[in-house]
Amino acid sequence: MGTRNYIQFILDGEVVRESHLDPTMSVLQYLRERRMKTGTKEGCAEGDCGACTVVLRELVSGEIKTRSVNACILFVPALDGKELVTVESIGTPDAPHEIQKLVAEKHGSQCGFCTPGIIMSLIALQADDVPHTHENIGEALAGNLCRCTGYGPIIDAAKTMAPKAAFADNTEQLAELQHDDSVHLSVNIYGQDKQFFIPKTLEQLTKLRGEYPDAILLAGGTDIGLWVTKHHMTLTTIIYLGHVEALNHITQTSDALHISAGVTYADTVADLGVYYPDMDTVMRRIGAAQIRNLGTIGGNIANGSPIGDMPPLLIAAGAKLVLQGADGERIIALENYFIDYGKQDLRPGEFVREIIVPKTGEHQHYFAYKISKRFESDISAVCMGMSFDLVGGVCANVRIAYGGMAATPKRAKHAEAALENQEWNEANARAAMAALTQDFAPIDDMRASKSYRMQVAQNLILKAWLEDENQKVIHVLGPEEIEASS
Amino acid sequence: MSVHKSVGHDSALKQACGTARYLDDIPEPKALLHMYIAMSGHAHAEIKSLDLTDVRAARGVACVLTADDIPGHNDVSPFGGDDPLFAEGLVEYVGQPIFAIAATSRELAIRAAKLAKIEYAPLPALTTIAQARNAGLTIENAKTIIKGDAPAAIKSAPHRLEGQFEMGGQDHFYLEGMIAMALPLEDGDVHIYSSTQNPTEIQHLVAHVLGKTQKDVTVEVRRMGGGFGGKETQPAIMAAACAIAATKTGQAVKCRLDRDDDMKMTGKRHDFIYDYDCGYDEDGRISGLDIKLESRCGRSKDLSGPINDRAMFHADNCYDLPTAKITSHRYKTHTVSNTAFRGFGGPQGMIGIEKIIEDIAFTLDKDPLDVRLINAYGDGKSNETPYGQIVKDAVVTEILAELAETSDYRGRRAAIRDFNAGSKILKKGIAITPVKFGISFTKTFLNQAGALVHVYADGSVHLNHGGTEMGQGLFIKVAQVVAEEFKIPLSHIKISATRTDKVPNTSATAASSGSDLNGMAALNAARKIKLRLMNHAAKKWGCAETDISFNDGQISGNGRSMSFADLSLSAYQARIQLSATGFYKTPKIRYNPVTLMGSPFYYYAYGAAVSEVIIDTLTGENKVTRVDILHDCGQSLNPAIDMGQIEGGFVQGMGWLTTEELVFDKAGHLKTHAPSTYKIPTIGDRPDIMNIQIWDKGRNREETIYRSKAVGEPPFMLANSVYCALTDAVCASTDYKSRATLNAPCTPEEILRAATELRRV
Repeated sequence: MGTRNYIQFILDGEVVRESHLDPTMSVLQYLRERRMKTGTKEGCAEGDCGACTVVLRELVSGEIKTRSVNACILFVPALDGKELVTVESIGTPDAPHEIQKLVAEKHGSQCGFCTPGIIMSLIALQADDVPHTHENIGEALAGNLCRCTGYGPIIDAAKTMAPKAAFADNTEQLAELQHDDSVHLSVNIYGQDKQFFIPKTLEQLTKLRGEYPDAILLAGGTDIGLWVTKHHMTLTTIIYLGHVEALNHITQTSDALHISAGVTYADTVADLGVYYPDMDTVMRRIGAAQIRNLGTIGGNIANGSPIGDMPPLLIAAGAKLVLQGADGERIIALENYFIDYGKQDLRPGEFVREIIVPKTGEHQHYFAYKISKRFESDISAVCMGMSFDLVGGVCANVRIAYGGMAATPKRAKHAEAALENQEWNEANARAAMAALTQDFAPIDDMRASKSYRMQVAQNLILKAWLEDENQKVIHVLGPEEIEASS
Repeated sequence: MSVHKSVGHDSALKQACGTARYLDDIPEPKALLHMYIAMSGHAHAEIKSLDLTDVRAARGVACVLTADDIPGHNDVSPFGGDDPLFAEGLVEYVGQPIFAIAATSRELAIRAAKLAKIEYAPLPALTTIAQARNAGLTIENAKTIIKGDAPAAIKSAPHRLEGQFEMGGQDHFYLEGMIAMALPLEDGDVHIYSSTQNPTEIQHLVAHVLGKTQKDVTVEVRRMGGGFGGKETQPAIMAAACAIAATKTGQAVKCRLDRDDDMKMTGKRHDFIYDYDCGYDEDGRISGLDIKLESRCGRSKDLSGPINDRAMFHADNCYDLPTAKITSHRYKTHTVSNTAFRGFGGPQGMIGIEKIIEDIAFTLDKDPLDVRLINAYGDGKSNETPYGQIVKDAVVTEILAELAETSDYRGRRAAIRDFNAGSKILKKGIAITPVKFGISFTKTFLNQAGALVHVYADGSVHLNHGGTEMGQGLFIKVAQVVAEEFKIPLSHIKISATRTDKVPNTSATAASSGSDLNGMAALNAARKIKLRLMNHAAKKWGCAETDISFNDGQISGNGRSMSFADLSLSAYQARIQLSATGFYKTPKIRYNPVTLMGSPFYYYAYGAAVSEVIIDTLTGENKVTRVDILHDCGQSLNPAIDMGQIEGGFVQGMGWLTTEELVFDKAGHLKTHAPSTYKIPTIGDRPDIMNIQIWDKGRNREETIYRSKAVGEPPFMLANSVYCALTDAVCASTDYKSRATLNAPCTPEEILRAATELRRV
């Protein structure tokens, strides 16, 4: 176990080593400006349009994991140990990949600027062993905006493609990239020293965190990437968490899920969904596939955003945070982590290590809702999680938490009190709705007005009641049998 | 046959493989400089001082440009003379270019810009239509179209409806942002690569800014990553700034706007306030309509005049109005100057009467389709539009009837009413709306096009014309026309970049006119060469020219036959010119641009759509669940390409009316300037069921290219059915007891607002 001063990854079959580049250079810039591979496009440089979609492949516990990501907000050093696959890697006009041919033949490419990203998202879908249903195609492509086609021809192409991918088996080559070394890149860019660390163990991370308390902790980078592409910030010291094995797993005890901070949304949704089906539904609407493949639950919490979707859902579920510092760990209730806008309960040298999510109890009722202008790949106007135990028709342990309603994700204490030890019925749901005005004074912004936020936040409590009473989901996206909910 | 066939987009496979070259993919010239354009942070302010000392001294900076550095005229407007390239002493919108930096990298240019010291003296910012109206601030005088005495007719009508609603603007969100690159040539000339729908105008404006003439500037564009009207006038900023920097430094200069900068700096669709007063009888037949259109034009004229004219020309849509008064106010605001966007004012002008028809039907408890049919142009009507053009092919009743049948509109409407009666929270809505869209530039002189065709001695063909390719499939359609004329395979034709030194004095590829104009011009050029080849063959084989025929790559006559390639070689050796220019101008159009009376359009394109929606009355969330479309493409040149325009246009129109919300704060800052906050439709927003048919009875009465019809813009307005269906669903939330008025875009918030308000009534 040592330290290397370079990263290595596979591109078009070759192992590439890089040591002298700006550690915050995006993979997109790297491809277009360093490698002259201009097939991958920039549409927004913030991970919202998908024109830059590339595919990453890596060996995880002996299996090859293939996923689509946004190259525009992914820093090059995060490629260490992985294979990078671009639209140019998979085919040429003379020898196109099946998907490239299908998208062209089915008239799925008009102006063509989004097409390479679409192709790569479909490549990732094909690598997944799932049927190419309308729903799965939609989920794979929700993060790829197309302004020309209306999407129909792209869906046609996706439905016709072969069920399973045929990537050349390069397990051995990928295995060779695996190593026990940590990485330390140190470069000078425009007179500015920049360092990028890739620790392998929790011990190394804790030590680095102590040595560099101001270093940026980088996980998926779906937020931090924008600090560079949009805010043009200079990040001088970065510690990348992606290779710390202890931060990348989910363990289960009899009564809780222990989710390490570095686990992505994509890798969490199934486990959480078993206990919290509503959370599953909302999580599938966080960002899009490319974001969920990179973004982590820990990151969503750690940055303290008032509009992150996971905190209200997890607060309602009674989640706890494990904070790790050089002197050990401490465990706090998730809602106590958020002190104020931009201010969290995180001491110098500490980092978010783990989220403990209790499994649902026998009598527990749990609801989660996300309200946004657009269903897919949008930031919430209001996000709500609600939980209580129902015994003999009476609510206990009521937890209602909202995002988008205050400067932090926050519990609605008055609304909770209105339901606690009360019967679960429409009258009491309405009492909780009325109490909500004492809990929040939301603001106007480009996502919603304060009055809409309050009204919809209230109505979500009523919706929870109506859904529970009728034992069905009431939503415009279905399921199909949505009649007569009165 | 090469025409009337579904041929794929010529670049589709290259695009899918990442090898199709967009401007930013062109290998960069040696010592290329990268430009950043610094923008105003104020909506309206005097610039007291501009100190760029530190900017000039910053690392990597090669050149800094302000208004003082412009060798020619500081103007990049299409004709208003009111769009300075760089602000001079006054800024009038947040995002207005003030100065530009060319540096060795984009990042260094952006960093240098932050070192500028600008002192502003803020002035009152009027950012809304209401504020401009109160202040009397306009970009030009109001216009009115008058047919008969509408106020009197309304007064004497048995029923009367008045109301007002608003519709928002729309960002183009072409996936490829604005970009230009300038290469300095000798004599101070420049070669410009620009992602533009309008190379000639870029050429003209770059020359104007450089103080040179058009011969000194060449503009080239191979393809755009989407345009939608956004690249009709706006790319001039980037092109002109790069041109100045390139001539100053002697180095090539590229300017690629970041998405946020693009959305702040460049114009969008106009937002409108629509006021109406309508008189009608028991059957729903309209006797008089008096409407007022108010639009937010932004800081300058740009194309706002013709856009608002077109809005007025489409206020009748498919309906015969015995009397009408259409007034249009064009307000100046301290926001970005709004510009062309697919439909060019048509959507804003047209949607109002669809709402009015629905309202009339609601008050009379009728099916809106019946009110549409009773008012539609056709048999027994005057068929005279408010502006005096006669509608000669009033096929809309036929299209509506056919679509109502195939979509089971009436059956589903009844079923939806049953569903709503039993559903407390979720409500469904349905609507059928038609489209009649006038084809021709309303600036009449723009209705011209040129083409250049070379046949080489080996029989291969080089095709060039004034149209630009932005994904719409223009290049393949024009190539089909030429292939058809020569009866050769499409693969023998090289489709080449649009260049101002090949075809001069072209019009923007806009107004849905691309194939109509350029197809005809290319046909004209190809036919000249064909006639020469026929003459040559006739002489060679000793027969009359009329005996020569072209078939399947072979030319035959008098029992002889030869391949197109061999005949080309033979003609070349006989010293026959195998290159020709072509030209076309649209006939029959004439109107008075002041009174707006006359016949501005060569013909109309038609279509109709049925949309079905579902809304959640607790949250306002909504979804378009099914769409049926029947659209008239005349005799389609390429049904596959046209289907793409129909579906894409509809979904874009649906976005305008549902999720795409432009939010400006009180100080005039656009708050939705990236896809994180500005939401165009995603794949999941596409209706799960979309049945689209090209109308098989479609035929163009006029002699257009192979009797096809323009298709770029008309389908956008098929999405008016979504707006009407959403209104229908909101009305269902009170069991159809009162009528809702929705403002567009119909976001969840707007739908919940309208539903809540209705319940209070």
